[in-house]
Amino acid sequence: MHLDPEFLSRIQFAWVVGWHILLPAFTVGLASFIAFLEGAYALTKQPVFLNLSQFWLKIFAISFGMGVVSGIVMPFQFGTNWSRFSDAAANIISPLLAYEGLTAFFLEATFLGVLLFGRKLVPPSMHFVAAVLVAVGTLSSSFWIIATNSWMQTPVGYEVIDGRYFPKDWFEIIFSPSFPYRLAHTVSAFYVTTAFVVLGVGAYTVRRGQTLAEGRMMLRLALWFLAIFLPLQIALGDLHGLNTLEYQPAKLAAIEGLWDGGRGVPASIIGWPDQAAERNLAEIAIPRLGSLYLTHSWDGEVKGLKDFPADQRAPVAIVYFAFRIMVGIGLLMLAIVATGLILMARRRLDGSRWYLQLCQFAACLGFIAVIAGWTTTEVGRQPWTIYGLMRTADSVSPSLTGANVVLSLLLYVAVYLMVYPVGLSLMLRAVWRGPGPSDEAIPIGAGRPKTPIDALGSSTAEART
Amino acid sequence: MTPTLDLVPIWTVILGLGVFFYVALDGFDLGVGMLYNFAPDRRARDLIMNSIAPIWDGNETWLILGSVGLLAAFPVAFAIIIPAVYFPILLMLLALIFRGLAFEFRFRDAEHRTLWDHGFAAGSAIATFAQGVILGAFIQGFQVEGRQFVGGSFDCFTPFSIFTGIALMFGYALLGAGWLVIKTEGPLQDWARALGRRALIGTCAAVAIVSLWTPIIDAPVAARWFSWPDIAWLSPVPLITLGLAWYAWRSLNNRSEYAPFVAALGLFVMSYLGIAISLWPMIVPGHFTLEQAAASQSTEAFLLVGTLVLLPVILVYTAWSYWVFRGKVRSDIGYH
Repeated sequence: MHLDPEFLSRIQFAWVVGWHILLPAFTVGLASFIAFLEGAYALTKQPVFLNLSQFWLKIFAISFGMGVVSGIVMPFQFGTNWSRFSDAAANIISPLLAYEGLTAFFLEATFLGVLLFGRKLVPPSMHFVAAVLVAVGTLSSSFWIIATNSWMQTPVGYEVIDGRYFPKDWFEIIFSPSFPYRLAHTVSAFYVTTAFVVLGVGAYTVRRGQTLAEGRMMLRLALWFLAIFLPLQIALGDLHGLNTLEYQPAKLAAIEGLWDGGRGVPASIIGWPDQAAERNLAEIAIPRLGSLYLTHSWDGEVKGLKDFPADQRAPVAIVYFAFRIMVGIGLLMLAIVATGLILMARRRLDGSRWYLQLCQFAACLGFIAVIAGWTTTEVGRQPWTIYGLMRTADSVSPSLTGANVVLSLLLYVAVYLMVYPVGLSLMLRAVWRGPGPSDEAIPIGAGRPKTPIDALGSSTAEART
Repeated sequence: MTPTLDLVPIWTVILGLGVFFYVALDGFDLGVGMLYNFAPDRRARDLIMNSIAPIWDGNETWLILGSVGLLAAFPVAFAIIIPAVYFPILLMLLALIFRGLAFEFRFRDAEHRTLWDHGFAAGSAIATFAQGVILGAFIQGFQVEGRQFVGGSFDCFTPFSIFTGIALMFGYALLGAGWLVIKTEGPLQDWARALGRRALIGTCAAVAIVSLWTPIIDAPVAARWFSWPDIAWLSPVPLITLGLAWYAWRSLNNRSEYAPFVAALGLFVMSYLGIAISLWPMIVPGHFTLEQAAASQSTEAFLLVGTLVLLPVILVYTAWSYWVFRGKVRSDIGYH
């Protein structure tokens, strides 16, 4: 069997980035949520906010730690497996990645220490500032990483010398055509993902009946937040799609499963794209609708896959289905939030056990949508690393053999499969213990160590007395 | 073309400092991780871990800055060196994952505490060893064609690089012992001093052997150090190193609290200088000088603007976070 180092390196990259992205998808939103809770507590002095902040900090600490260590893996992938890409594109992407390190990572890593362990050591105002700075750090991180990715998707502001890319205009490079849409759509997706986790945990807490005040607060905060952000996210997604139509038409054609371009194109609802036969099998499509939502006109012109050479098309089926999964989840989320708002208006939210149970299951929806969205945009970019300029096949490190990458991939798979379930189970355990002052009641020295947040709990108890 | 300011020396200094900060900062907490395995009891392990819990992820962040800084300042060096040390990098990353998560998991996953204890110690040891291998392979140089590494992925494992791997384990253990002397008191501090003495003996032996081994396998290095008048100019490097080794030994045996750590740092500075002198001005030994490997002026300038503003800020708040957690490690702050 021939082992292709390029294909295996792609799988490896997908594996490590796929697991990694789950963490920012959660921590970016959670950091902002904790800063909000700390701020709300500072303003209102209501214990419910403090309890919630301490509860979520426990979970944040675990997920952030996992995010840091899985994130360190990422820049090394550029060097270990994609050294030709690194050599070609370093002059442009490296400062963006470096600025991420300079602005974001340090803010997060340093002030997280203060946030987790420093409540006794710094004044309350400084503690709130630490929470805000951690949140700012996570957002700044998203800014630079998405800027890098967006330049690779829609490269501008460069010149090519000897097959390498050199900067001409930094503003253009950072604010490349797809950047504003991608950033907004991604950060908003992260916020929505976190809000659904908060919704699910809130539902569980209410259903269980202990620490009701905290549970009810989580439910309501999440629903109100989603009532605004979920429609916004769908609108941002539409704008991002229009941007893709303009700058990455081949990707858009793969997303739509559109083989024959032209005017008044249909909208493919579902089907099976057959890359070899260049058509969709068993397809359900609505005539002319595609043109309507892509160009906002019944007979707008859209390019089809056949307008591009076969060796410049993405693996259509993956992109096609990933996109439909993302959109399907978006619609499902909308239905869940609308139902919740109606129940809230009728004052039946806390008593509708079926709905609370539904919210619990829905906690994972955001993560699936994020992975599906990421797959859509990254697989949709293929066969390019730098869209239209540098092929993935020309990016891989020349020294690697297939066996090398099989070995490293197996090790990454083994370690991630060991570490992620433990992390998840520890976070679930924190959820199961629940928020609130019950923490302080856990006897010390009963064989179970106090966790840092328990220590915070007792320290604030001291402060209150 | 108008002559412009040459930024390469500035970036050389920044990257040199960045890598050194990583080695010094993550060095001591990796060292603490290795010593952790020898801790007498659980209370000691808790204290040892708490002595680095609030700062380790900040320390590890320098690794990102070091790698991305290399990519930014000397891209071709990054594109050659990193694939050449494919497996040491893989080992280091996986070890750092285990180690990093052990901090969080150990205290929450009581059923598997032993597993995470071992994960923490073994992760620290393997990550250190892998970094040492990378260092050794880097000193030895790589097989290069054009702008790419073309050797095999296992070429980096040589007797020399395995030895530098072990050498770095002693070095980091010494730094870690120095840190624990600062952060602990009583019997635990005595324990740290005792381990520090062993690590110091190992470190000194390793530095001596690497210092002799390198010129033997590498003629240009030999020419640099042993030709007249260079030998006179460079003689302070080994002499100061010797002095520092003596000072470290003395401070580990008397009651000084900070001197062992400072002396260990001094030994690292001197070893680092020694390597820099041996390789100067190459960034990919035998193939690319710093000037040849440098990024475009625009890239260097664009990143320099932000770095000159942000790096001092980072140093200030890193210092501040160390200040917040200063003094002996308390059993009521952090995990317990």
